[in-house]
Amino acid sequence: MSVIAYREALNQAMSEEMERDERVFLMGEEVAEYDGAYKVSQGMLARFGPRRIIDTPISEEGFCGMGIGAAMVGLRPIVEFMTFSFSLVAIDQIVNNAANMRYMSGGQFAVPIVFRGSSGMAGCLAATHSHRLEAWYAHIPGLTVVMPATPADAKGLLKSAIRSDDPVIFIEHEVLYGDKGEVPDGEHLVPIGKAEIKRAGSDVTLITYSRSLKATMAAAETLAGEGIDAEVIDIRTIRPLDLDTLLESVGKTHRAVIVEEDWPYCGLGAGISDRIMQKAFDELDAPIRRVTTKDAPIPYNRALEASMLPSVDRVVAQVRDVMYSRL
Amino acid sequence: MSQATTEAKPVVSKNQAVGWLRQMLLIRRFEEQSYKLYQMGGKIGGFCHLYSGQEPVAVGSIGVLREDDYVITAYRDHGHALARGMGANEAMAELLGRYTGCSKGKGGSMHFFDAEKGFLGGHAIVGSHIPLAAGVAFASKYQNKDSVCICYFGDGAMNQGSLHEAFNMASLWKLPVIYVVENNMMSMGTQLHRHSCLMDLTVRCGTAYGIPGYSIDANDIELVATTTRECAARARAGEGPSFIEMKTYRYRGHSMSDPAKYRTKEELEDAKARDPIVAYEHILKDRGWIDDEAIERMHDEIKAEVEESIKFAEESEQTPPEALYQDVTVAHHIPQE
Ligand SMILES: Cc1ncc(C[n+]2csc(CCOP(=O)(O)OP(=O)(O)O)c2C)c(N)n1
Ligand SMILES: [Mg+2]
Repeated sequence: MSVIAYREALNQAMSEEMERDERVFLMGEEVAEYDGAYKVSQGMLARFGPRRIIDTPISEEGFCGMGIGAAMVGLRPIVEFMTFSFSLVAIDQIVNNAANMRYMSGGQFAVPIVFRGSSGMAGCLAATHSHRLEAWYAHIPGLTVVMPATPADAKGLLKSAIRSDDPVIFIEHEVLYGDKGEVPDGEHLVPIGKAEIKRAGSDVTLITYSRSLKATMAAAETLAGEGIDAEVIDIRTIRPLDLDTLLESVGKTHRAVIVEEDWPYCGLGAGISDRIMQKAFDELDAPIRRVTTKDAPIPYNRALEASMLPSVDRVVAQVRDVMYSRL
Repeated sequence: MSQATTEAKPVVSKNQAVGWLRQMLLIRRFEEQSYKLYQMGGKIGGFCHLYSGQEPVAVGSIGVLREDDYVITAYRDHGHALARGMGANEAMAELLGRYTGCSKGKGGSMHFFDAEKGFLGGHAIVGSHIPLAAGVAFASKYQNKDSVCICYFGDGAMNQGSLHEAFNMASLWKLPVIYVVENNMMSMGTQLHRHSCLMDLTVRCGTAYGIPGYSIDANDIELVATTTRECAARARAGEGPSFIEMKTYRYRGHSMSDPAKYRTKEELEDAKARDPIVAYEHILKDRGWIDDEAIERMHDEIKAEVEESIKFAEESEQTPPEALYQDVTVAHHIPQE
């Protein structure tokens, strides 16, 4: 066990997998000589050389497509987006080619590729640079979507993603890169498709992922002070969803609040809420509530941006709402 | 192709030349004060890309356009906006996220807009504004107008598919657009030779599409002006797009967080020794169009103007909470919450 930052955990995962498997390489803008726009690939060029750590031009559609092609014939590319906001330029490649290839070819072609990079509302980056695209990608059958919230999960999930034989959308968060936490040394694999209970509780289930885990955990502490015992679940994998863990928790608490950094309408929480409702409607003592980013493009002004995000107060308010029977 | 050089003979009137010097100085001062405000922490947020060193590109080219022409650029946009006549007040207020800013504090550094001045933005997704420029030119042609659109982008943007799709259509349909690559030899930390398959950009972006290509030293502001003028005349005559490679240099890092380890101190010092603003001061003095005293006065005025813009911005109202849902759609926005 050592205490390292989220970005170092990602670096470890990639480096270990590259040591382990010659077919794995990293490609993207500024990943090599610049050591990564967010320094995730720091030192990797020196360690693995320019054959395997490859700086690309600003040609997302081109290099994503190249990665997919290389994966079809046996390589295992890691393609870095400086941020997932720029994956919009390459979305045809990801959605039409990466996601569909296995199916369209009747199982003849696999696309073992990882698309990874930062995302989210990082502070004053405004409308074009603050996208949260997890719901977009989670919408697509054929893709696996992963969003780690902690350094340990960053490492363990990335290693699993690189070993996956299907395309994985691995979404990091810009404001988490510097976060430190305990990470097991060496072979540490976190299975894809498994949620984690971050805080056990009996009164209400708080469902979240990525950066929003922090506000949710803080809200749980506040609620504890009010005598409300919240269970916090980090879903970690967005697709496929670990529904069993959610159902088990809701079966115990009978209430759920979903906290996400994405927009509300047709958002991830809507999909999660629907799946819980399909299976556990009779278990629920209150409607499932959601805390999301407000429904507007992301503004530059700092205070305005902050006002849109799920905050501790907004989470607490929704929990009080679903706890009406107890207050 | 273009033969004119600043040294050879003046291509502008005295008033225009002195105005250009003033604009370049204003942009330099604005950028350097923005740098300081950013470093002081908290006042300017997010990504902020400064234009210092590249001033003659925007000033010399926009300087020969008409009021009914259009200007569009990427995220390194402060210089183009000021050159197009945006007030320093509105520009600075935008950087500070104020309601009085040119985009009401919602766009920030990378998304400056000024409809009145025909300034169509500030665009932060690399390459994504290049087709817009062709569309603006299309609209001009469609309406039988002779307005042109000038579109700026960096050398790194040449690698986006959007550029190549737009260039083909612009040439195919002879659209009145002037494409300017501001070649500062650097796409963030990637030098030109590591991101472009050819070093002759006129071949990549001109010849390949049947678009006349120019390659010029953009430190020579009057060469920038004459070349742009020629391209604008061609566009107005219905002869279609042009491509100009303007060789330039950026003094600051790519954005605020860039330590710029990819270049040596000597390279930067070398470029600064050839500073285009200082060079133009000398040229105008040699022509007897300005003297040291007037230059000093100009520096003082600009200093005051930028100081005033900071004061204006700081005293302006923050973009208010209710603005969050304004300007989403023309009809009252109904949050889908
Ligand atoms: C589609 C897309 N990919 C990546 C980026 C991140 N990015 C912003 S500017 C830049 C470098 C652009 O260099 P260049 O076009 O030469 O313009 P310059 O910064 O030199 O003015 C990169 C990689 C982006 N904004 N959009
Ligand atoms: Mg450049």
